Amino acid sequence: MADRILNLKSIGSRGLKNAVKGNEYRREASISYGILIIGYILLSLGAATGLIGHNLQGQFVPICVYVSLAVSLNLVVGISGELSLGHAGFMAVGAFSGIVMERMLLAHMSFEPAVMILSMLFGACMAAIAGFIIGIPILGLRGDYLAIVTLAFGEIIRNFMNVLYFGLDENGHLKFAFNHTIEGIENSQRIITGAIGATGTKTISTFNWGLLLCIFTVFVVLNMKNSKQGRAIMAIRDNRIAAESIGLDVRKYKLMAFVVSAALAGMAGCLFGLNYSTLVPLKFNFNTSVLILVFVVLGGVGNIWGCIIAATVLTILPEAFRQFADYRMLTYAIVLILVMICTYNPTIKARVTAIWNRINPFKKKGGDKPKKKKTGKEAA
Amino acid sequence: MAPKDKRDEIRETEISETGHTYENRQEIYYNDNVGGRAVFVDSKEQYGPDEPYNDQVYLPEKDKGKAPVLEVKGLGIDFGGLTAVDNFNLTLGRTEIGGLIGPNGAGKTTIFNMLTKVYEPTRGEIFFDGKSTKGMTTVDINKAGMARTFQNIRLFDKLTVEENIKVALHHTTDYGLISGMFHTPKYRHEEFRIRKEAMKYLKIFGMTKTADYRAGSLPYGAQRRLEIMRALATKPKLLLLDEPAAGMNPSETSELMETIKEIRDRFQIAIFLIEHDMNLVMNICEGIVVLNYGRVIAKGSASEIQSNPKVIEAYLGKSRGKMEEEEKNEDIEEALSKGKLESAASGKPDAGSSGKEVG
Amino acid sequence: MNFLTNIISGLSLGSVYAIIALGYTMVYGISKMLNFAHGDVIMIGAYMSFVMTQYIGANGWIALLVAMAVCTLLGITIERLAYRPLRGTGSLAVLITAIGVSYFLQNMALLIWGANPKMFTSLFKGMSPVHAAGGKLTITPESILTIAANIVIMIALTLFVSKTKAGKAMRAVSEDNGAAQLMGINVNQSISLTFAIGSGLAAVAGVLMCSAYPILMPTTGAMPGIKAFTAAVFGGIGSIPGAMIGGLILGLIEIFSRAYISTELSDAIVFACLIIVLLVKPTGLLGKKISEKV
Repeated sequence: MADRILNLKSIGSRGLKNAVKGNEYRREASISYGILIIGYILLSLGAATGLIGHNLQGQFVPICVYVSLAVSLNLVVGISGELSLGHAGFMAVGAFSGIVMERMLLAHMSFEPAVMILSMLFGACMAAIAGFIIGIPILGLRGDYLAIVTLAFGEIIRNFMNVLYFGLDENGHLKFAFNHTIEGIENSQRIITGAIGATGTKTISTFNWGLLLCIFTVFVVLNMKNSKQGRAIMAIRDNRIAAESIGLDVRKYKLMAFVVSAALAGMAGCLFGLNYSTLVPLKFNFNTSVLILVFVVLGGVGNIWGCIIAATVLTILPEAFRQFADYRMLTYAIVLILVMICTYNPTIKARVTAIWNRINPFKKKGGDKPKKKKTGKEAA
Repeated sequence: MAPKDKRDEIRETEISETGHTYENRQEIYYNDNVGGRAVFVDSKEQYGPDEPYNDQVYLPEKDKGKAPVLEVKGLGIDFGGLTAVDNFNLTLGRTEIGGLIGPNGAGKTTIFNMLTKVYEPTRGEIFFDGKSTKGMTTVDINKAGMARTFQNIRLFDKLTVEENIKVALHHTTDYGLISGMFHTPKYRHEEFRIRKEAMKYLKIFGMTKTADYRAGSLPYGAQRRLEIMRALATKPKLLLLDEPAAGMNPSETSELMETIKEIRDRFQIAIFLIEHDMNLVMNICEGIVVLNYGRVIAKGSASEIQSNPKVIEAYLGKSRGKMEEEEKNEDIEEALSKGKLESAASGKPDAGSSGKEVG
Repeated sequence: MNFLTNIISGLSLGSVYAIIALGYTMVYGISKMLNFAHGDVIMIGAYMSFVMTQYIGANGWIALLVAMAVCTLLGITIERLAYRPLRGTGSLAVLITAIGVSYFLQNMALLIWGANPKMFTSLFKGMSPVHAAGGKLTITPESILTIAANIVIMIALTLFVSKTKAGKAMRAVSEDNGAAQLMGINVNQSISLTFAIGSGLAAVAGVLMCSAYPILMPTTGAMPGIKAFTAAVFGGIGSIPGAMIGGLILGLIEIFSRAYISTELSDAIVFACLIIVLLVKPTGLLGKKISEKV
């Protein structure tokens, strides 16, 4: 058939630039890894030169954990387009199963990297199983109903953590009890004690492990985005009915996104758990789930490097302003609301962009701005 | 049965009973070899109680030796108490381009939705490729080889044009989740292959230059074409097009006509389309079904449909002559109820003559 | 007798949930948003009542009225400043904003009243408990009045929504925002009114809840808020009778699982029931079926 010239005038020149996705995946990948490496170098340098205080250094591992969590949640919220309010639940599963695994392994071996990797894998597996069990029944629900059910599951998981008891007996064997304490075990041999949580964990998490985890998470999520599975997941997000009409099994792919995301959250949770000698289940409540969601939304739904930055900045800032204790969270709240209004309200957004264009010193000629990802309706 | 005049033919098939029963119809596909472009075979299916129509099985000459790709028997659906579609029968040849036309709200898209199992039919059976589709889901239907487009375009807006097609090539892309997550050599090999394949489809539609555009940013006509490509990429045996030319200008429409024919010739598939553009329908459809108020009011080739009085009535409303005729019918009914049977029978109007009055 | 006591305290707790759930359900119905700040409006209401009775020494009922007035204003303000600019931009943006508002209210309360729990004086302090069944069954005045308040509010609200012009306008807006606007309904006014009613009721719920469980902290509203939200979804979000049924059932489940199964697992059981209901009826007990046109 004769080649036709497509009428592209209707797109308009500006629209044309927005329209071309080009090598977006490659660009997104290089930016994401670049940010991770540069961030790592900057923070390490800051710590080495003493510019970054001790308190903030203590936040290095949590920063990595939150980056991984945000990236993995983005797989559900951004790429699969489902609102999940229970991500902390998977983090909790990963943390506590990782801690139990660590204690068991440490009773028999002392090579820490192996312990770390095995614990993380175990945490990922347990979280994936939890994600699978939860995902199967609920992924038929839509929109806000799915959100509330994930919230409910997050709370259920946390509640169960409150009644779990793990300990090691004198032979180094694992003891388990549900809803009652284990008798005849020394305090030092208790691993998880109900609402008190995990105690006596050997803290083997380091910033390097954190970086590795972040890179792994970004690697998996970006690769998945640019694969058969990722495309199917995004297709279902964009138009469920059309996706069914071309033979995509909606539940299967939603479940896939959910389980992979849960597994990655489990790994992050494990890193988090092995960073503290004591850890209470209350840490993994609704607020933590919301915190991760805030990272994702502020970073840009579906935007991987955006949520890396958001997670880093929003973990550092409250820590850096600790001296303004009472006002910092209030400011955080106000800033959160303002940012949401400025980025999502069309009128205000246009005004902010206009002002930014006027004062932007790096402005290129002809208003040729770098493409800004539009995130407004992706999760709508 | 070779007709001299189309109008006569309609009259004949309406009035005559050829004695073909549904059971021996299968035989007829293979054996009946009457000259002319198409063969008409009566089906056993009873006419609708109030709207008898020319319910014949219609297959283009070239498809006669093969089993039909789609057979629909007595299909119907109720929404609440409302019967949206009733007693819909259809037989579609292997490489036929069939058309489904009718006024707005006639139930055309509902039929597509039943064929693709977006809706579960209340009554009737659908045989696709010889198998009943009972209990199948939309996904199963597509896997069995039926693909469709939508009246209101449903693309994956945030994916690129190329990705839209790659998604549809999903079932022929052979790698698992682990390969997808870690980009193994198998992944690279398969991705390279489907990229080439996607480009092949884009080339047919002359859209290779737009491969990297977001689907949502394309102009309307290109979006419609992309939707057809996406459906084609699932390698269907039957392609359902829901108003493919809607919103296109005349030159785009005539290009589309060529494209549809080329798709059929190249992929040797059947196409069944809903369209309001009569030029398109009359030019490319080999068999046409006309639907009104959820019931088939006519079936046949383009020229037969164009001159069918019921079709004209459905589209343009009743002519004065027809209305008078109706009044006459009422008189007859009245007469019948009074028992003047003989005189009433003699007053019955000629079924074929009403077409003239429409002009 | 224990069983009866449990039923009564379950109904009482359920009534509180039902009243809070009303706010969630009405707001969701009209603006399709998950207003996570609603739980904190309850807390502000309770604090206002606390301030009126403790610092100013006002009568409990006047304190309740003041709390309602403050919360009504607060609800309208929140809607006007935070939610209205984001109307029509998708649920995620509004959800995060609602969470921002929730943080704001909690931290505001933290700044003003501090983190230490305050002991709330019951609204019904002077009243004596009712003894029934020959003194074996003691019913607190809080229980009776909470249940009564719930019934009165339900009836009043149902009448309001079905009989009055403003109520009908609210229903029209929740059915189809755009069409309602074309019919000359002031959508902004209707949404403001919804927030006003929801927040006013939140104040009532806050006072009733703190009368029964008299510990007041900046995070007091969070968990009841989530549970009431669960109740609203349980009954079918957007439906007023659904909120009532959902709230009562949830209250009963919570009290009974605390009494007979496990205190620690009671929340888990409540949420598990929600999930089971949604699996059987994906839009809740009385929710409307959503269908997508192809």
